[in-house]
Amino acid sequence: MNLTAIKAIYLTEMARFFRTYKQSFLAPVISTSLYFVVFGAAIGSRIDQVEGVSYGAFIVPGLIMLSVMTQATTNASFGIYFPKFTGSIYELLSAPVNFLEATIGYVGAAASKALIIGAIIFATSFFFVDVQVAHPLAMVAFLLLTCLSFALLGFIIGIWAGNFEQLQLIPLLIITPLVFLGGSFYSTSMLPPFWQIVTLFNPVHYLISGFRWSFFEQADVPVAISLIAIAGFTALCLGAIAWIFRTGWRIRD
Amino acid sequence: MAPIVQVKDLRKTYDGGFQALKGVNLDIEEGEIIALLGPNGAGKTTLISTICGITMPTSGSVTVGGHDIISGFRQTRSMIGLVPQELSLDAFETVFNAVRYSRGLFGKPRNDAYIEDILKQLGLADKRDTKIMALSGGMKRRVLIAKALSHEPRVLFLDEPTAGVDVELRKDMWNVVDDLRKTGVTIILTTHYIEEAEAMADRIAVIDGGQIMLVQRKDELMQHMGQKELRIHLASPVTEIPAGLDRYDLEIVLDGNALRYVYDTRADRTGITALLNDLNAVGLQLADIETRQSSLEEIFVGLVKGDAA
Repeated sequence: MNLTAIKAIYLTEMARFFRTYKQSFLAPVISTSLYFVVFGAAIGSRIDQVEGVSYGAFIVPGLIMLSVMTQATTNASFGIYFPKFTGSIYELLSAPVNFLEATIGYVGAAASKALIIGAIIFATSFFFVDVQVAHPLAMVAFLLLTCLSFALLGFIIGIWAGNFEQLQLIPLLIITPLVFLGGSFYSTSMLPPFWQIVTLFNPVHYLISGFRWSFFEQADVPVAISLIAIAGFTALCLGAIAWIFRTGWRIRD
Repeated sequence: MAPIVQVKDLRKTYDGGFQALKGVNLDIEEGEIIALLGPNGAGKTTLISTICGITMPTSGSVTVGGHDIISGFRQTRSMIGLVPQELSLDAFETVFNAVRYSRGLFGKPRNDAYIEDILKQLGLADKRDTKIMALSGGMKRRVLIAKALSHEPRVLFLDEPTAGVDVELRKDMWNVVDDLRKTGVTIILTTHYIEEAEAMADRIAVIDGGQIMLVQRKDELMQHMGQKELRIHLASPVTEIPAGLDRYDLEIVLDGNALRYVYDTRADRTGITALLNDLNAVGLQLADIETRQSSLEEIFVGLVKGDAA
């Protein structure tokens, strides 16, 4: 195992993140604050409570998930796509580094960034609402697994993407709608029956539900199913990574 | 001593069906500078990319320092530094950080003093904290060399080191390579400039159409092909070789305005004196005389056309 290389990749990726700190930290804080103002204050004042939780607090897990999933995906996809774009990937390919080590470096960094942003949003929410966490360990576990699995997904997208448009296509067209429609800002019980059934096919719904359970002990689906869903999703991404590793798909001629 | 790089019957067919390498055999000795000379599309970059691990070979084998490039990729890649043809760099990184990253990527423990030395050697010392995007093309090329040297490789590949570089910088680059030679690094460079191969290399391998056409010491190659040409410009054109000059194997060129005579500079008798006397004897009036040495360029063009030795 070339640990020095993993460290080099990880630290360089993290340095990029801290170098663009305004974009990295300020943007999520500002957009989260806006969500709190719009959803929490303006709309929340008319909704009052969702299943015993004040609406402002109810949306906190969803907001964290929204940012964490988007950040993990975009950071990981950009991290590996950028050297492909500039051509500097030649160095990674000619280095004594195997694909697993490269994956750990890039995905680890992207997951760390998403985790930091998730923590910042969590901290920001205290300025707006009264948040309590019923199961801190479960919360951290859900957060970690989400960071990791979506960073893996982003890494796969970055390897697949042939241009910047493709790079943004999946996060924009798939992940954002899935998160919004997965019950980030509402309980699915508030939906008409038909849309409740549709929501059952949305994988992100299970993650948000489980994550919210760790806060309020209140969930749309049983927490065990949420855990199975996220474990299954992580396994799927790992499987895809293993396949890319074996075939060299889109990496080596 | 066993060659440091040994390429055996290497073949590469790309997915699209293009056969870039058609059975390449090449031994590279430790400490030498070898130039891979060939036109665009000859397979130079594919050969280098395969040895470095960027391109997977279709068949054949390559060893570096006795290790196979696939089963022993960690050993072989640790020994190799690659300077690519394109200026492929992360523009937002500083010079020092970019070079330090490369060292880490190749698994070498952090050694900032060593990196400072490399930067100094390449004339980059005052640019250490400059962002790469602010550097000129020539300086970026040096950063690529610094990155390739950051992990103390024994073999250095330079893919077209002076492509798109002006004359002054080209000379500069030759000096850099000359300095590197003194450190004992084996250097493999690709080029389609004959001048460059002539200036830098100990040996020259001519590659075309995915095959090695010839590998020879530069001086031997030059000597072997060291023929000279005498061109006799005539005052009035001729349509055929006059009878008295039959024994000279002359060729009519420039629409009859000149005669071409090829001779070997190392032969005991070049035949020039006799020829000139006979030209006078048959009554041809000379306008001018010029002699030319065949350059590597001509040797190369001849080989690629397939009509030379």
